[in-house]
Amino acid sequence: METYQAGDGWDALGDPTRRAILACLAERPRAVGELAAELPISRPAVSQHLKVLKDAGLVTDRAAGTRRVYRLNPAGVAAMRDQLDTFWNRALNDYQDVTEQPTEERS
Amino acid sequence: MTQAAAAVVRRQIVVEAPIERAFAVFTERFGDFKPPEHNLLGAAIAETVFEPKVGGHIYDRGVDGSECRWARVLAFEPPARVVFSWDIGPTWQIETDPDNTSEVEVQFIAETPYRTRVELEHRHIDRHGPGWQAVSDGIGNDQGWPLYLARYVALFTEGS
Repeated sequence: METYQAGDGWDALGDPTRRAILACLAERPRAVGELAAELPISRPAVSQHLKVLKDAGLVTDRAAGTRRVYRLNPAGVAAMRDQLDTFWNRALNDYQDVTEQPTEERS
Repeated sequence: MTQAAAAVVRRQIVVEAPIERAFAVFTERFGDFKPPEHNLLGAAIAETVFEPKVGGHIYDRGVDGSECRWARVLAFEPPARVVFSWDIGPTWQIETDPDNTSEVEVQFIAETPYRTRVELEHRHIDRHGPGWQAVSDGIGNDQGWPLYLARYVALFTEGS
């Protein structure tokens, strides 16, 4: 069960290197070594950034032989769902208030 | 958690009102209960219009006269049911390809002559998935991820 902290994604993307990593992964899934080859940072640094992105729920990883392949988290859909869930929860509560108001007030 | 389960939001609420009023408030006063941060315009919203017919739109009109059509009315059956598309992508921009949009069905069920159950289903959210391919385009500018995440955070900080 993943927890998706609202602030994490924001913080995780506050770093330009991490945005660059995410942009690479948006093209296609890549292993750590491939990312290190494309970006001007070391492999350990890539790993550290990937950990932050993973903790924020923005990427997932999967072992493929000896490599670890990272991809954008398809749970972006889940993040969308969370937004909509919150949206409708608030909208329907307010809808209830409006509906149950006495009928005279209509501005 | 399966992808299918994640792709639907279901909500229901009971209101102390006859079904005709429940339907009328939902469709005629949508702007009165829509959360205020839900605004894709550059200006404050003057009004939200829900056009009461199939083929109509739900749109916001800004105080500067600009308009944002963010939903298409797919079914309009007073007082029982309304269905509309949700043409807003994951980065909070208008989605122009209908194949990438989700849809919302709202059903009104009379529990008594004075009480109505409203069942809302927002489904096919996974159709917005292709928007993720655009993340690489939008990621570096302020209209992409940063805006989306700021709005996402706002949902929590502005909440009750």
